[in-house]
Amino acid sequence: MRHTISALVENKFGVLARVAGMFSGRGFNIDTLNVGPTHDPLYSRITITVLAEDETQLDQAIKQLDKLVNVIEVTHFDSSKSFVARELVMLKLKADASNRSEIIEIADIFRAKIVDVSPDSIVIEVTGNANKLRAFFELIKPFGIVEMARTGMVALPRGYKAED
Amino acid sequence: MKTQPVVDFPAQDEKGPAMKGADCVVACLEREGVDVVFAYPGGASMELHQALTRTKKLRTILPRHEQGGGFMAHGYARATGKAGVCMATSGPGATNLVTCIADAFMDSIPLVAVTGQVFQEFIGKSAFQETDFFGMTLPIVKHSFLVLTAEELPMIIKKAFIIATSGRPGPVVIDIPKDVQQKVFEPVFPAQVEIPGLKPDPHASDEVLRSVLKMIEGAKKPVLYTGGGILSAEASNDLRKFARATGIPVASTLMGLGAFPPDDPLSLYWFGMHGTVAGNWAVCDSDLLICLGARFDDRITGTVSKFAPDATIVHFDIDKSEHNKNKTAQYPIHCEIGYALRRMNELVESGPFAKPDLSAWYEIIKDWKQEHPYPFSYKPNEKYILPQDAISALYKQTDGEAIVATGVGQHQMWAPQYYQFSEPRTFISSLGLGTMGFGLPAALGAKVAKPDKVVVDIDGDGSFLMNVQELATAKIEKIPVKIMLLNNQHLGMVVQWEDRFYDGVRGHTILGDPTNIGSPDNLDGIYPNFPEIANGFGIKSRRVYKKEELEDAIAEMLAEPDEPFLLDVLVPYTEHVLPFIPQKKSAKEILTE
Repeated sequence: MRHTISALVENKFGVLARVAGMFSGRGFNIDTLNVGPTHDPLYSRITITVLAEDETQLDQAIKQLDKLVNVIEVTHFDSSKSFVARELVMLKLKADASNRSEIIEIADIFRAKIVDVSPDSIVIEVTGNANKLRAFFELIKPFGIVEMARTGMVALPRGYKAED
Repeated sequence: MKTQPVVDFPAQDEKGPAMKGADCVVACLEREGVDVVFAYPGGASMELHQALTRTKKLRTILPRHEQGGGFMAHGYARATGKAGVCMATSGPGATNLVTCIADAFMDSIPLVAVTGQVFQEFIGKSAFQETDFFGMTLPIVKHSFLVLTAEELPMIIKKAFIIATSGRPGPVVIDIPKDVQQKVFEPVFPAQVEIPGLKPDPHASDEVLRSVLKMIEGAKKPVLYTGGGILSAEASNDLRKFARATGIPVASTLMGLGAFPPDDPLSLYWFGMHGTVAGNWAVCDSDLLICLGARFDDRITGTVSKFAPDATIVHFDIDKSEHNKNKTAQYPIHCEIGYALRRMNELVESGPFAKPDLSAWYEIIKDWKQEHPYPFSYKPNEKYILPQDAISALYKQTDGEAIVATGVGQHQMWAPQYYQFSEPRTFISSLGLGTMGFGLPAALGAKVAKPDKVVVDIDGDGSFLMNVQELATAKIEKIPVKIMLLNNQHLGMVVQWEDRFYDGVRGHTILGDPTNIGSPDNLDGIYPNFPEIANGFGIKSRRVYKKEELEDAIAEMLAEPDEPFLLDVLVPYTEHVLPFIPQKKSAKEILTE
């Protein structure tokens, strides 16, 4: 199962290495990782997604994470929490005059943007949650993905919590 | 004349005169109340050593290996509860401290390790004696700092001591490049520092604590399982009070030894792989197991599913990451141990609390204690001195009041079996990491911390040789520790496992010449000659192998309180540490012969 973990940390060198070490030392592969400063330049937010079968092991890693002196707060976004998660992906596809319009059509459905076009390629920027991106990839893959870069998931809890 | 100020002003930062970074480090250490550092110099830390020569408030002890220095600081911290400070240069000096840092991390010991680093302009250039020590130690520190600007030194050092000693204690590394040590500036010593990630000690609510007392009221076979957390929290007296008020028997881990007196009727002394039969069985059969500051280590639990299988487990810990890590506790309670015990004692006193009638449980335990003589027993040998004899004799001759450090192996288990510790901070051993070579330097550190106590390193010949160079420190720094070497010419614990699980095949566990193995019957084969080694270091020694000379030899070892002494006790290698719960077995499968 995929887990999204968000850590509010001090914006200092070495913090990312400590956080990443908590996962690598326990044999978890970090699936996606995003780091960026928050509105307060003293703090950064690290968002990590990991695939973990052993939930007690993951629970351990999260508690250990919370123990790090540079870590202020850890949030585990699991199914019990209402949150929004988004990722930005850029992909370069093989595209020429024959299939370009078809690609643009699909991109439009997913509200993706064409950010570069050349005679034999096209670069698309798409944002969304994991499900939307998966659906998009499914449709776009047959055109031939040449390169792909993704930001990693970022997540925040929702303001209005219906279930509370 | 001074009058009371109308308003309480918060403590003010203090500005110091211009000084070098290295002098600032020393000034900061003094402000933290450090009275001794264990420091081995080198190119990248000589500025610090020059600064150390300029202070009169700090004693600098020169170990003969950085690992020795690290374990001295560890021993000092174990004996006092204060942070121990060690220092080394960059590169190999620092890497020699890695084992000490890992050891302190495993046993939750406050250790501040200051290391020199190459000039910042050389960092990352594979400079001479450069290593990324900050990166290398990341998984084994509670926290670490690489100081990039000299002005940050006072703030960082203050933080380091707070982090090392607060909450669950642990090691902190401060890596200081040489240019930072040389920078001349006017330091500002902060009155307070802010560490946003450091949470205040957790306190459980009265409601939660009352619910624990409620469970105790209904328990038939309760046991308190107490660990090193009791010592870290300085809560031994609170534990004693709590145990007596509730009548619950106490089984300790080795880390928690001394928190509860072994001669108390409620004591089960220590349990685990080589612990008392009564202790192991009581924990196994308990219906309510209250764990206080321990971490369900595999040497305690054996097979986790067979550990206290019928018990409701309440786990008090200051570190919530210990909850449900190895064994699921139905009631994990995130709370500082001292507070939990004191508050529960208050709640017991203020009542209502009905002390449970545990007489049936006491009877069962009493039977176990008779069936397998409590706490430990062994068959004496008519001819040879056994390791157990030597430790029992030492216990008697020191009135049980010595501080004992150990190496790792059989002797490390026999020491707490036959030397019974009734006060906290008197048993100093590498228990989590299990580092051979720990005993002598740790004993030296403890003796520096507690000069009025008799400090004995009970060691094995394998372990002792791993930091034997510290005999020089004992001699030159005039630290009169006593070394009782249980010399069996083998790596005894591994030999024991070879005997039991590998048909006695010796996989490189003979320490002397395998074609002429030394023993009390073959003195010519004894290798190396430890009394001669001691002599080379200028330390008095004696070899003993005749049973009738043992008492006299120990008396001689202890006679001169101001002299270090090595007593080389030749013992047969054939003794096994018993009882013994083999790995992955349950307490009920304990071997007693």
